[in-house]
Amino acid sequence: MNRLAKMLAGTFLAGAGTAHAADLEVTHWWTSGGEAAAVSEFAKAFNENTDHNWIDGAIAGSGGTARPIIISRIIGGDPMGATQLNHGRQAEELIEAGLLTDLTELAEQQGWKDIVNPPSLLEACTFEGRIYCVPVNIHSWQWMWLSHGAYDAAGIPVPSDWNAFIESAPKLQEAGIVPLAIGQQSWQQRGAFDVLSVAIAGVDAWRKVVVNRDVGAAMGPEYQNVFAAIETARQLAADSNVQDWNQATNMVITGKAGAQIMGDWAQGEFQIAEQVAGEDYTCLPGLGMNEVLDTGGDAFYFPVIDDPEVQKAQLELASTLISPDVQVAFNLKKGSLPVRGDIDLSAANDCMQKGLDILKAGGILPSGDMNLTPDTQTQIEDLMAEFWSTDMSAADAQAHYADLIRAAE
Amino acid sequence: MVDLTSSPYAEGPRGPKPRRSFSRANIFLYGTLIVVSVYYLLPLYVMVVTSLKGMPEIRAGNIFSPPLEITFQPWVKAWAQACTGINCDGLSRGFWNSVKILIPSIVLSIAVASVNGYALARWKFKGSEVFFTILIVGAFIPYQTMLYPLVIILREIGLMGDLSGLVLVHTIFGMPILTLLFRNYFASIPEDLHKAARVDGAGFWSIYFRIMLPMSLPIFVVAIILQVTGIWNDFLFGVIYTKPETYPMTVQLNNIVNSVQGVKEYNVNMAATLLTGLVPLVIYFVSGKLFVRGIAAGAVKG
Amino acid sequence: MADLSSSHSPDGKRAQRPMSLFRNLPAKIASIPMILTALVVFVGGTAWTVVHSFTSSKLLPNTKFVGFDQYERLWTTRRWLVSIENLALYGMLSLIFTLVIGFTLAALLDRKIRGENVFRTIFLYPFALSFIVTGLAWQWILNPDLGIQHVVRGLGWESFTFNPLNDPDIVIYGILIAGLWQGTGLIMVIMLAGLRGIDEDIWKAARVDGIGTIKTYIVVIIPMMRPVFVTALVLIMSGIIKLYDLVVALTNGGPGIASEVPAKYVIQYMFRAQNLGQGFAASTMMLVSVAIILIPWAYLEFGGRKRG
Repeated sequence: MNRLAKMLAGTFLAGAGTAHAADLEVTHWWTSGGEAAAVSEFAKAFNENTDHNWIDGAIAGSGGTARPIIISRIIGGDPMGATQLNHGRQAEELIEAGLLTDLTELAEQQGWKDIVNPPSLLEACTFEGRIYCVPVNIHSWQWMWLSHGAYDAAGIPVPSDWNAFIESAPKLQEAGIVPLAIGQQSWQQRGAFDVLSVAIAGVDAWRKVVVNRDVGAAMGPEYQNVFAAIETARQLAADSNVQDWNQATNMVITGKAGAQIMGDWAQGEFQIAEQVAGEDYTCLPGLGMNEVLDTGGDAFYFPVIDDPEVQKAQLELASTLISPDVQVAFNLKKGSLPVRGDIDLSAANDCMQKGLDILKAGGILPSGDMNLTPDTQTQIEDLMAEFWSTDMSAADAQAHYADLIRAAE
Repeated sequence: MVDLTSSPYAEGPRGPKPRRSFSRANIFLYGTLIVVSVYYLLPLYVMVVTSLKGMPEIRAGNIFSPPLEITFQPWVKAWAQACTGINCDGLSRGFWNSVKILIPSIVLSIAVASVNGYALARWKFKGSEVFFTILIVGAFIPYQTMLYPLVIILREIGLMGDLSGLVLVHTIFGMPILTLLFRNYFASIPEDLHKAARVDGAGFWSIYFRIMLPMSLPIFVVAIILQVTGIWNDFLFGVIYTKPETYPMTVQLNNIVNSVQGVKEYNVNMAATLLTGLVPLVIYFVSGKLFVRGIAAGAVKG
Repeated sequence: MADLSSSHSPDGKRAQRPMSLFRNLPAKIASIPMILTALVVFVGGTAWTVVHSFTSSKLLPNTKFVGFDQYERLWTTRRWLVSIENLALYGMLSLIFTLVIGFTLAALLDRKIRGENVFRTIFLYPFALSFIVTGLAWQWILNPDLGIQHVVRGLGWESFTFNPLNDPDIVIYGILIAGLWQGTGLIMVIMLAGLRGIDEDIWKAARVDGIGTIKTYIVVIIPMMRPVFVTALVLIMSGIIKLYDLVVALTNGGPGIASEVPAKYVIQYMFRAQNLGQGFAASTMMLVSVAIILIPWAYLEFGGRKRG
């Protein structure tokens, strides 16, 4: 037997030697550099702190690519041990069909109710009083990123809210700078619309429309202002000729554009470009208009598998994901906020600190993920895609939007 | 044994011969071909050139300019270092998995389709053409819409999550076009041979194995080429019916190219796509002439 | 063993005999995989899809029937209408150009030229590559800041504009450029194969009669290549209906919804919007239109005629 073969044989024997260990296949769509670094914190903690093995099943592309694969595996009766899914209404039907593991017992043992902050995160995992998922992070959409370089070039101060930004736009254009960068993909256009809705119509009007499906409010004057604002935004972004969101962020980083409306994941790009918050760029939560953040994020679900070893491993993974050390390590790499209110995150940068302060002060919106079905969201995305690429009037778009809200379940 | 040269398809060109080498028609002919070749070669050129550049040069420069400084780092990275989730060992991870999926899928799908084509061409029975028409219409159905029905079918017969399930899926979706080609090919083999064999008492299978198969090399080459392309490039079924340890190469390619966040490394993307396409590309480059001859045999007589 | 005369006249009077099930038995047994695929997968799967298009299925298939609601919504959705228009335009152009380019290239290669192998390989290789690659490469070449527009402007023609992927009016032509690049090679090979099957005496006769080269192709050769065109049509049209990956890789339906196609609508509403019912309704509409065009034709082409 040659040396390599001996080594291989040794590995196999060692593998077989660890009793009571299960291989747990975990599916997720975190494949970019920062995301992969973050998820490997999970894997590391799981492999080190338990007897089980994390088998990584990464598939890039959330909505169209990974989801049919995940759902097919689950309904085909050959599920993975654990999987990422956006929480909220997405998993309800799988729960009803009895395909996902009930985590309530574990959650009560470990007192998740007391440690998960804001509580809406755990509510999103709850169906008919039982808990079915582990929230792992908080992402918020309500941010505007401004380029100091662009404003220096135009010779004007960096604006402190959306209105000041609109006023500054002509000066930017004179200096040959695109005022607003936005990627031409419908999810980004819908995101900008959502952010402007909260910032301009205010939380009350927003809640009436998105949570209570109030068609009157959707046609009301507050939302009229919102549609006027995206019409303006459309003009300001007319020369923004990019597709991916990070290309748009790159326009802000390089000073080709004045600002971008994008979720907190954008700061990862600034970090990679070695820019410093407050010096090279400014982040405005809630566009400087009203400082509330939504609390979307990611969660893990555990399909029902008929194998006691695997079931044990699933529960151990669940408690690993939410444990304090893992939460800190994961979220620092991911650039998102932890789901626990009781841990120290002093290593976070300025923008993350701003976000944490807002959460502490209770400036929290339920995420649209938790309110509108993916079906309605896709329809709004289609509407926004059309609005941003044509000269559809604000009034038409508003009427269309109200129709979608009326038809929403 | 009948040799291939007796088939009615000539090897050489049949069109009228251009008269002189520098005639105006000739210049026009080669000029057109060369201009068209540029259109076909441009993307490959851009991919190869980009995959040999460093990222700073890509950001700065023109995509058509040759690399100032050739680097093989993107190729190394794509093959051995690019990350799929937390596993950073590049495409190499999936290469053998893809081979393991490819070989049984090709063998079964071609075996089934060739027998189908043979039965349809020579042993028609009541209703056989109806089933064939259904198959041809089936070729127009987007795969994705059949996803859930297939998952349910496979769950019921207990093949979900098994390599044999994947092989079955490739056999099903390869069937329409392959059956069409085999049917046309077998129909073009002189019927006298078939009749003579029947007089000698040969049956369905003995005619298939002793007369049809030995004459069918060209069409098998075509079938193999089409299936290698389709199965090797398949992503959706490959990922549903495998486990992370056995993901095909396309999963890694998807992860490298379609990552939602982070800086896009175009050079690594290009190297990865070229590496993934290498197997079908090599097969095309090597098998050129046989491919045309096989297509001639499978498509010409209808 | 069945008797000889029966093999090619299966639906004659003799098929009515009680023993007809056992005639030609090995062929029937050998065809079981095909029959199962046709009935269980294609017919069964399609029926399943059609049934569920009348339900309110969301993430998982259910059987809460809602009548024609999904269809009413479908036909009032702008994106679906745009998708249909795009497919019709793309389909027509793609069909014409693929046939014309494929045939022309084949005819050029068939003229006893030097380097035929090289040219043929160049035209064919894109077919070996997946759409992800095609999309990525063409996205770059058509990108105004990197690709052709940039280069032509660099040569001094400052006002040159060629930006198909970002202009809603012409984006479908941008997709066409990439689609033809990928698909014409295979059709060219099929046409070439067809030309090789034409007897050389035909050319001699045409020359003797003084018919010009181009006229000979159009009047004599093309009508002789009917079966070749049939195979080519099946390949091209099935590719057009399924058009999805290329659009996703190249424009993802944008700018706005200007380059959406039906298959993309189906897949997006099935998996992203988690509204299976809506996706099934859309795919049923696709199937219905395919069936209306295809079944009569396929039946005439493949089923009606006797051959031997």
